[in-house]
Formats: sequence, structure tokens, C-alpha cells
Amino acid sequence: MKTLINLKINGKPYELAVEPNKTLVDLLRYDLELTGTKKGCGTGECGSCTVILNGKPVNSCLVLAMQANGAEILTIEGLKPPVGLHPLQQAFVDKGAIQCGYCTPGMILSASSFLKKNPSPSEQEIREALSGNLCRCTGYQKIVEAVQSVSVGQENDGRSKPRSTTFCEANKND
Amino acid sequence: MTAYNTVNSRAPRLDAPAKATGSAVYIDDIRLPNMLYGAILHSPLAHARIHHIDTSKAERLPGVKSVVTSKDAGLIRYGVSPARYDETLFCHDKVRYVGDEVAAVAAIDLETAMEALSLIKVEYEELPFVLTMEEAIAEGAPLVHDEYLRNIGAEVHHEFGDVEAGMAECDLIRTDTFRNKRQDGAFIEPQGCIAEYDASGHLTLRSSTQSPHYVQRTIAMVLGVPVGKIRVIKPYVGGGFGPKVAANAMEMAACLMSMKTGRPVKMGFTREEVFLHSRARHQFVHKLTTGVKKDGTIMALKNECYLEGGAYSSFGIATIYYAGSLLGGPYRLKNMKYDGYRVYTNKPACGAQRGHGGVVARAAWEQQLDCLAEELGMDPVELRLKNMMESGDVSCNALKMNSLGMRECIEAVRDGSGWSEKKGKLPNGKGIGMSCGFFVSGAGFPIYRSDTYHATVSIHVAEDGGTVHVYTASAEIGQGSDTAFAMIAAETIGIPLDSVRISSGDTEFGIDLGAYSSRQTVMTGHATKEAAVDVRRQILGVLARELKVDIHEMDIKNGIVIFKHGGVDYGGLRARYIKEHRGWQGLARGKEPFTFQEAARIAYLARGTIIGKGKYKPGDLGGTHKGAAVGTSPAYGCSAQVVEASVDMETGKITIEKMTDAHDCGFAINRTSVEGQMQGSLSMGLGEALFEEVKFDDKGRVLNSNLGEYKIATSLDMPNVTPIIVESHEPYGPFGAKEVGEGAIMPTIPAILNAVYDATGIRFRELPLTPERVFMALRKKKEKSE
Repeated sequence: MKTLINLKINGKPYELAVEPNKTLVDLLRYDLELTGTKKGCGTGECGSCTVILNGKPVNSCLVLAMQANGAEILTIEGLKPPVGLHPLQQAFVDKGAIQCGYCTPGMILSASSFLKKNPSPSEQEIREALSGNLCRCTGYQKIVEAVQSVSVGQENDGRSKPRSTTFCEANKND
Repeated sequence: MTAYNTVNSRAPRLDAPAKATGSAVYIDDIRLPNMLYGAILHSPLAHARIHHIDTSKAERLPGVKSVVTSKDAGLIRYGVSPARYDETLFCHDKVRYVGDEVAAVAAIDLETAMEALSLIKVEYEELPFVLTMEEAIAEGAPLVHDEYLRNIGAEVHHEFGDVEAGMAECDLIRTDTFRNKRQDGAFIEPQGCIAEYDASGHLTLRSSTQSPHYVQRTIAMVLGVPVGKIRVIKPYVGGGFGPKVAANAMEMAACLMSMKTGRPVKMGFTREEVFLHSRARHQFVHKLTTGVKKDGTIMALKNECYLEGGAYSSFGIATIYYAGSLLGGPYRLKNMKYDGYRVYTNKPACGAQRGHGGVVARAAWEQQLDCLAEELGMDPVELRLKNMMESGDVSCNALKMNSLGMRECIEAVRDGSGWSEKKGKLPNGKGIGMSCGFFVSGAGFPIYRSDTYHATVSIHVAEDGGTVHVYTASAEIGQGSDTAFAMIAAETIGIPLDSVRISSGDTEFGIDLGAYSSRQTVMTGHATKEAAVDVRRQILGVLARELKVDIHEMDIKNGIVIFKHGGVDYGGLRARYIKEHRGWQGLARGKEPFTFQEAARIAYLARGTIIGKGKYKPGDLGGTHKGAAVGTSPAYGCSAQVVEASVDMETGKITIEKMTDAHDCGFAINRTSVEGQMQGSLSMGLGEALFEEVKFDDKGRVLNSNLGEYKIATSLDMPNVTPIIVESHEPYGPFGAKEVGEGAIMPTIPAILNAVYDATGIRFRELPLTPERVFMALRKKKEKSE
């Protein structure tokens, strides 16, 4: 039997009838066609389905759609500002932090949520924050460098435009 | 030094914005109208005879549209190497591992398909089975395939030079046996596919493959559909590392069921199925005997290797050759003997994974070389410098080093890591180790015997001249090949990178053998360059006629046509262009330089659509012995690495603290991408050295088919790598480029082993170096010394 839920995804309100066994990742990907959220394992181990739920990064494969009733959710599609890229997205592009790209949306969302809590982290803190997001391609180094480059107090290399202020602005809808 | 505008830079990848925003489309993101969902029925037993399959209940389940078994698929045998076609699409006489494919179902949704699977009744007669190499080769062991006695599916015996004579000249000979564990590719995107058979009899398969070409051929052979009626399209692929090269049963089952229903059929592996079907690294046992002279000269090597291959051959024929043929390099070694045996077991099949066949041999030997250096009282760096090959050398098994920056790599990591200040001077529990690596830049021969081109590329110039479009069937799977080819095209034609579009991974775009054996930069890169030269020649040819200027007096740079001696009046051509674009903004006018855009338009008006064509296959590669096809390559990459590790002497936990890696990629088309391949390779090597092991229970079932219990490196396990790019300018590489994607993994495991020895005084001859294994070894050592 389906249950009616109300939630906000990327700032847009939805009223949806969902099966009790439907996971949030399947709802996003297959019902709402927000396929930027990736599914790598379905059991909460790889982090590629990370979305921000009420301000916190979660593995959306471990959340039932019904549990998201009343929640505000940010997916990778909602992170991008109307023009250009979010500073983290731009940094991932510029620093070569993306190879196959399958972990990238989850990685960027984990990093964005983390930087809001800790805008000027140490390298070790970044590594800890991203340790739930597996990447098989990059060896993580360029990902960590990308996150560092948008941290407060970091000089930019000239290509990743924004500094901390823009970073917060671009994040205002989450 | 040649000055380049595009290649050798750090241009951001063309696909990065799509991937950063989640708009890049992977296979599971695609949905077609009227699509069915498929699922596969697996064998629950490691070895059993099939007496009867009853699909009637499944067929009657509402929503089920197709149920197929070997009766529908036929019994055409396929595999990877034509020398060992030992699979059929579905099992018919017996099942050979837990997970072997017995039947498939397509239904209106996945839940219905899964329910239908549970309604298929298979009568099995259980057979005795073999799970380890030792069991499998024992006299009287049950046979996985009846025709292969003692379950030895393939063996290789090579001798180059005279090993016994070489050994007789040695002052020191030692023998060591080394083993790894079966590995999984652990790419983050599980394989998936969508087959679509249309009313006119054309089959389109979208698949997360590394080789659209091989998939196309295998489907054509197995399902009896002409190659020309099959199109294979690779969307974005979430990593491959080897296991996604070969065609898999899921792809063929989806095609078969789409042909039967006339509807698109989507299928995808669960993570558990990735472990069952994805054919990653074998388990190897290497027994190596190496002889050296007092001065450190390596005289002879005997390499005996057993590979545990699982139930089918897959890539294993190539694997077994690679485990021997690539070991001697990068050293000058006159005498080498190799005996390799690939053993069938009742476990999932193994295949190719990054550093195909060579990774474990390399780990075993580079650790042994360190042992020999120690016994000789030589620095490991010196031993390697003394024996390494140089550009121009030919190995005893006929591998030709047109370029080899081995010395540069060794010296770079020695100096870059502070080796001399650290080696032998670190406290107990801390260690430093080094190793070299060596790998092919592309397999010199295709998997099937053929004179086929390895890559064909075409470049279409937009009729308006503004952009060129590179078409290639090569496979961008995350390594950055699309960007590399676009950069090669831009540099060669002389236009900015943003004037180049690339479409890849589609069998309609040409022939390309795909992303394996670290081949694409050299092979597809060559074909791209040739196509770009053709575009340039055609366009400048038209200009030469129109302007009456010698073609050699012109050049194109940054999108501008350069007239070397000036004084050329292109006003007439410009007027034509402007006339065709009345009302358009931003046109070049007056005396402004003549643009590529204008030139390309003029060329189109003269000749129709300008299409440049390029192709590549290697020339004569040498080596006439049986098996010479595996290991010969147009070029060879090499590398050196220094690792610093600390070992907790109480718990056995190893922390890798620093890695310094130098790789000779010939010439970096994209410097950031080269570093990315190095860093990624090192993290895979670190995982294989420290954690990775696919485990089985005593019934042949995978115990850890998930990414929680099969551990790969996380951001906390990987240290920062100092990547040093060495450029030896390969004469046969496009712009001098050769490989980095696979070879870069080679030195990591042995460098870790050597660092752990330096830290603990213990040589480990079995991977992975889990805290438990290290703890037990530390305890044993302590007991001995007490």
C-alpha cells in the first residue's frame, strides 16, 4: 500500500505516493529522474548515493522514502547555481578530481556539507569527512586538493573563482 | 623543445562539468519507452549436473515477457581468447560455480522478474568440486571441464637464453615462493546494459563496457546476428580496470530477450553479482629462482607460476602469458625460463585487471631483488641501476625498448624521496622501500587473430568551420581518453581545444579495440593524429589552390591561418565568408588574421564535408616464439616508486605514510590526467597489498561480496603521492606518448613489501598484509628471538 509523503527536494515541494519499501535513492533516481545521485552498492557502503537530508549527508540507499517525509533534501542537481558551477564543482573540474565520475556527486555533497560545518579544515579533517565516500579511480589526492582549494583562507589558483563568501551564497538553498 | 599549445598542458577534462553536476549519463540512468527489466538465475551450487529445467511456472507469472535458457540461446561456445572458447550463454550440461548463469527472465519490472526467477525449478545432481589450486591439480580431482586433465586449462613453457648456463655463472642464487589473493575490480559503478531490438532487425546494446568492439563481435557470434546489424554504445562508464572488457552473459541475455520480445530489456548487476561475474585479478603463486653475480648483475631467472582461474578461461590465456613475458623487463636479463599453468576451479572466473598478469609477478620479483641486494650488501637502488635496460635495448624475449626512461625514474624517486638519508636509518617500526615497474603500451595484437586496424578515427569538420568533431569507438571509462584525443586533434590541426568535440564509445564511429592493455593513448592517439593531419592537409590544400600559395608556406595555430611569408591577399575569400553570414556578429574583418573557421568553410564549399580519416595498427613487433603476441607492444612504459611505511609493532597495523612515484609515460598529453592515473594506480596497489581479498566459504560461495567487507582504500588509507612525470619521448608514440594507466600500479606492492621489511625485518610472501597476518608474523619473530 502506498503512503503519501511531502518533502522538499532542491527547494521544490513534492507530494508523492510511495511504497513502504521504496528507498530514497530509488525514489530520486527512478521516480523523479534525478539521476545525478548514483547507486553503487545499495547497502550504504560506497557513499555514491550521498544526498543532504535536513543539512546532513546520508546514504540515500539506507533511507526509506517514507522516512524522508517532511524532510528537505539537496541532491547534486540542486547544488549547481543557475549560472556556472558551484565552487566545489568548479574546484573538482579544475583540480582533476574527477575521473570516472561515479563517486563525484556524492563526494561533492559530502564535502559541501562538511565545509559548512568546518569551513577551514585541515587535510586530515577533510580525509576523515570523505572517508565514507569510496573512489576507485583517483587515489583521493586531487579530491582532497579540490576541497582544500575552496576552504576559507585558501588562496585560489585563479581558475576556481569564488572564495568563502560565494561558497556560502551558492549554498543558500540547502 | 617543441612549444605546444594544447598537449602537455593541464587542460581540465571535457567531461568534468557533466560529471560534477550529475548530468553525465551512465547506463543505469537511461530509461527507454516500453522497457522490460531482466534478471539472471544463478547456480546455487559450485558444481552440479543439470538434469532438468522447468520454466513453466515462471512463464505463467503475470508480467513476465520472456524466460530463456540454453534451449533458446543455443550452445555456441564463446570466451575471450579463441584458443579457449569454453562458455555458452547459459549452462546446459552442468554448472561450474556458485553464480553460473542458468536462465534469464525479462518482465515489466524488476520485482516481477525476481519473483519469476524463484519460480524456475532446476533439478541438479551435485558433483564433487575443487576450490583451490592444490585441490584442483591433485591426481583424481573432479574435473571442471572434462577435457582438461588435472584442471590445467592452459600452460606455457618458455625459455630464452640458457638459464642453466646462466645460473652456473652466479655467485648467489635464491628461490622464493610468493602468493596473492583473488581480487575484485571494485569499480563504483556495477555493470549494466540495455538491449534494444528494433522492427527492422537491428540490435542496439548500450552497455557499461570497456570494449564496444569485442562485445559487438561476441554477440554477433553467439546470437548469430551479422556484425553490421549490431551497434554497441558505451555511455559514461563508472570505472572498469579490466573486468569490463570482455562481453558478459548479461549483455547477451538482454539482447536475446529483446530479440524475443521486440522490447528494450534493461539489466544490471547488483554489487554481489559484480563479485560473481566480473572476472578480475587471478590468484597467482610464483616460485622464482634468481641468480646474480657478486657485482649484482642479474644472470638468470626461473619463474614457475600457477594461476587460479575459476570456472572459465575468460582473459586467462593472455594472463598466463603476461605473468611470464613481462617479468624480465625493465632489466637486462639474458636468460629467462617460464613455466605457467592456469588452473580451473569451481569458483567465479578470473580475467584481466589493471597491470594484467604482471602485478603479482612484479611484487614477488622486486621483493626478491631486494633480498638479493641485501645478501650482496648492495643498495637496492644501485642493484636496479646496475641492471636496468635503456632506450635501444631488446629483452631476451624480443621486447624492443624504443624509449625507456628507467634511469630517470629511479633517480627521480631516489632523490625525490630522500632515499639516501632514510634507507637503513629509520627507527624500528618505520621503513622505506623501493621498486621498479614495467608494462606494455598496448597489446601488439588483437585478442582474435587478425590484421584488423586497432583503431580508426574520423574527424568531421562542421560545414561552418567553427568546430571539428572527433569520432572514435574508443572507450572513455574515466581515464580521460576523450580529453586526450581532443587535445591531440586540437594540437595537430592547430585550433583551440574548445573548438573540438568528441564522440566516442560507439561501434558506429569506427573500429577500436577498447580500453585495455593501456593501449588507447598510443593507438587511438595515433589514429586521431593521422585523422587530424588529414583534415589539415585537406583544408590547407584548398587554400593553397584558392590563394595560389604553396601548402608548405602555410600553418594553422590557435585557430589562425599563418602565411609564413606574409603578403597573401585573402580578402576575396573573406568577402565570400562574410557574404554568407550577413547579420552575424563577431566575424573577422579587414586585415585581421585569416581564421581556421573561414578556411574550413572555404574548403567545404570546394570539396563538400571535410572528413579526416586516421587508422592505426602496430608495425612489425618482433618475437617469433609461440605466445610472442602477448607482451609485445609498440612501446613500453616503466616506473619507479619509493614507499615509506610505519608498522604498529603491537597490533600489526600498517600505515603507508608517503609515496614517491616516477612514471615514464613518454610524453604527457595531459599532465593532470597522467598524475591521476599514477595516484589511482597506487591506491589500487595499496589496497591489494594491504586489504583486498575475495573470500569463499567451503561451498564455493563468496563471503564478502560487498564493499564493506571487501575493503578498498579510503581517503584515510591513501597518503599523498609525489607524482613525477618522466618523458622519454617514445619515437612510435603520438607526440612521443606511451602508457600510464596500468603500468603505474606495478611498483606499488613490492615497494610496500620492501618498506615493511625495512620496518619489521620480516619478509611477507603472502598478500594481503592484514594486521592479523602482520601481527602473527611479529609474534613469531618475537618468540624466536626470546
